[in-house]
Amino acid sequence: MSEELIITVIGILLPLALGFGIGRWRERSHLASLARREADNTDMIVTNLKIGPDPQSVRGATFVSGGAVIATDYFKTFAAALRRIIGGEMRSYETLMNRARREATLRMLEEARQVGATEIWNIRFDTSNILSATSKNKAASVEVFASGTAIIR
Amino acid sequence: MIVVNTETIPGHNILEVRGLVQGNTIRAKHVGRDIAASLKNLVGGELKGYTELLTEARRQAIERMLSQADQLGANAVVNVRFTTSAVTQGAAELYAYGTAVVID
Repeated sequence: MSEELIITVIGILLPLALGFGIGRWRERSHLASLARREADNTDMIVTNLKIGPDPQSVRGATFVSGGAVIATDYFKTFAAALRRIIGGEMRSYETLMNRARREATLRMLEEARQVGATEIWNIRFDTSNILSATSKNKAASVEVFASGTAIIR
Repeated sequence: MIVVNTETIPGHNILEVRGLVQGNTIRAKHVGRDIAASLKNLVGGELKGYTELLTEARRQAIERMLSQADQLGANAVVNVRFTTSAVTQGAAELYAYGTAVVID
């Protein structure tokens, strides 16, 4: 009886501890990588205006995009389940969405840089949950897709 | 072929509109990726396999859209948009559409 209890408790606590420890560490290193790459890309002009400044002197325009699929960890899922009972702000999922969006934006910026662009106009963000909505095990993840028009001067 | 998601192409004039062009693809993911994803749910982080799948599928949808534009004799596609839908269990549709035009 007590053995069963211990096994049950370990079965609940182990994934929680793994999610909290490794999940937090992975999130920190991802945020650090995002901050570093964003600092490298501050010279790029990024706007969601359809037509940016000085359209007369543009030499070329091309479509660029970036996508990222980020999964939640077990601890975040658990914290979110608790939050659903009492309501309010779900911080753990907010950071998840922001990470996915920043990653997608950076991939788009890096693609624009490769084609020699200095600006991106008309940026759009799309989110979907096609993979999690259609999967049997309901893997909780967010999918963000960023697209825009890269401008070459 | 110039592709943009703006309504006009900076530095060019649109001479002629050839009509709506579209491309879609439906992709199924395999079980291996599902297993990897459920493991990732424990510790969090990027699901690289899914990112690749979606990126590759979007590229294919764009390619199909462009070949339609080619057939219409267009040399650019403007105002490109994407939508996604969940068709059936384990499969996703990616759809790209835009307006095929002739520019100077």
